[in-house]
Amino acid sequence: MSEVPLPYRVTRVRPETADTVSVALAPAGEESLAPFMPGQFAMVYAFGVGEIPVSVSGIGDHELEHTVRSVGAVSAALCALRPGGRIGLRGPFGTGWELGRAAGRDLLVVAGGIGLAPLRPLVTAALAAPHAYGRLNLLVGARTPDDLPYAGQVHAWSASHGPPYCQVTVDRPAPAWRGRVGVVTTLLNGAAFAPGNTTAFVCGPEVMIRVTARELVHRGLAPHRIRVSLERNMRCATGHCGHCQLGGVLLCRDGPVIGWDRAESLLSAREL
Amino acid sequence: MTAAPATAVLDRDGLDALVGVLRAQGRTVVGPTVRDGAVVLAEIASADALPFGWGTEVEAGRYRLVPRTDGAAFAHTTGPQSWKAFLHPERERLWSADRRADGRLSVAAERPQRPSYAFLGVRPCDLRAIAVQDRVLATGRHRDRGYQERRTGAFLIAAECTEPGATCFCVSMGGGPAAEAGYDLALTELVDETGHRFFVRVGSDAGREVLSGVPGRPAGPGTESAARAAVDAARERMGRAMPPVDLRTLMGDSLEADRWDDVAARCLTCGNCTMVCPTCFCTTTEEVTDLTGDHAERWQRWDSCFDLDFSYLHGGPVRASARSRYRQWLTHKLSTWYDQFGSSGCVGCGRCVTWCPVGIDITEEAAALHDELAARLRRQDEREEREP
Ligand code: SF4
Ligand code: SF4
Repeated sequence: MSEVPLPYRVTRVRPETADTVSVALAPAGEESLAPFMPGQFAMVYAFGVGEIPVSVSGIGDHELEHTVRSVGAVSAALCALRPGGRIGLRGPFGTGWELGRAAGRDLLVVAGGIGLAPLRPLVTAALAAPHAYGRLNLLVGARTPDDLPYAGQVHAWSASHGPPYCQVTVDRPAPAWRGRVGVVTTLLNGAAFAPGNTTAFVCGPEVMIRVTARELVHRGLAPHRIRVSLERNMRCATGHCGHCQLGGVLLCRDGPVIGWDRAESLLSAREL
Repeated sequence: MTAAPATAVLDRDGLDALVGVLRAQGRTVVGPTVRDGAVVLAEIASADALPFGWGTEVEAGRYRLVPRTDGAAFAHTTGPQSWKAFLHPERERLWSADRRADGRLSVAAERPQRPSYAFLGVRPCDLRAIAVQDRVLATGRHRDRGYQERRTGAFLIAAECTEPGATCFCVSMGGGPAAEAGYDLALTELVDETGHRFFVRVGSDAGREVLSGVPGRPAGPGTESAARAAVDAARERMGRAMPPVDLRTLMGDSLEADRWDDVAARCLTCGNCTMVCPTCFCTTTEEVTDLTGDHAERWQRWDSCFDLDFSYLHGGPVRASARSRYRQWLTHKLSTWYDQFGSSGCVGCGRCVTWCPVGIDITEEAAALHDELAARLRRQDEREEREP
């Protein structure tokens, strides 16, 4: 349903970091929303408070997961949910990562902090079809070790021999940190991919997206093979409220995932 | 269906009979009428409410009613409102949610009785503006259901322009003072030695049917050619014009222009231009709860890209400066609208020029941007010639 929220029930709640929580949701009644694709988002409604766009961070048979960082009134209300609590959901909205278009290619998944959330179902889908793709690289950067979402899963991945071939770096290490320190692009040297036959999927803060995409172009990736997920204010998600404009792009309709060939100029103009 | 002819002539009584037929169909007839020193759009009970004998004098930042001796009803230019006030109202409830004692939610979509409108006196620029909003709100993957219902039931009577205002520039936006498409009936008002009358053209089956119930006389060739001549003359008397260049690429090439700083120094970021613009569609939502806290409502209301909160993201606005917000407004109207909805977002009605409190004129801003870009390209060429 696109205009009116459908009631969903909270089935599980998992704290990710100090300000971030993952909430698993199942339909409260008979009806459920159409299936979500990795990279798509829902409008999540906290009763009496309001609604925000949140990408799906997990897609199950009967469940959806959303990872929410508490930054405003609505996200704070969502982070305070307990199992059994009720919320409203609209969706699915937007373009997904369109993993299928990367069939036969090496995959380079680059995440900054909570930017890993929308990429997580993409990694899950790629792992579920190991023969459909080339090498699956997952590069994750976080401000500090404590800011790493899905830390258990990510550390398990990086300790294994893959896939995914996972590497983690932080900007500011904690005393017990034994891993890499530095920005996420420093991990590219250790990733195994053939630039001419690679699709990259990038999500994180805008500066991180810009730096990563430029570096990937420098290393020989075609701009349209670099898929980035962007964010703007959003009220309706149906292409009618005008808030998510980024130049000629309506992010709720033409995004949130767009190619770097389109995104580069949009992210280069200040205050667009 | 009755085989009424495709044209007719009505006198003032005939116009009143037309209003009567539409009201008898259960329609809410909305038309221009004088109120508080302006021609506003409001429900009218008879044609007597139309602004007979009133004209308007407009300039950038100025609007004044002036009496006319010829008694014309449609000799005024566009006022502070447009038909979006009825089709895409300023405030609208979208849905209501209730929370039961056990915490369960139920959400109910809004299903009110939609009025069946008849709009009398829609200017050709406003016909095009309605078509622009149709593309935004009623086509594409998702539809605005409220808009669509109000729009589908609306009966449109155009009033062609014979007295363009000083801020009008529809011709340079690809339109003109003649009603071309999207109307049920089109009127051309004539006041000459033959008398005060309205030449009517039929634009749809619904229009033909309504007209068949109105006492009028067949239009002779004289009336028809007088009507054409009056509208053709108006085409030559536009108050303003956009520079004759590709505005879409001009805006795209001007994102870093200095002119934005110049206009930002004058603009109050009041958002008046967006409120009066007949194509501006942006809205925001409000959450309203009752005292028990168990009943919540979602309301939609007009919003403006000049508002700081409009682009709020992660603790601050993306478009903090007046420069970036004016640039968003103008580039959206003239350029990125094509990318998003396949047409220009400006129909040249002139409202934003008239109702800007400091008289900022988008035709002048576009011309200045064009001059700046042309000068920049000239300098580039000269440099390349010097250093081949
Ligand atoms: S931008 Fe100005 S002239 Fe153009 S349609 Fe809107 S109000 Fe009219
Ligand atoms: S251009 Fe004029 S009407 Fe528009 S925001 Fe600026 S001052 Fe207000």
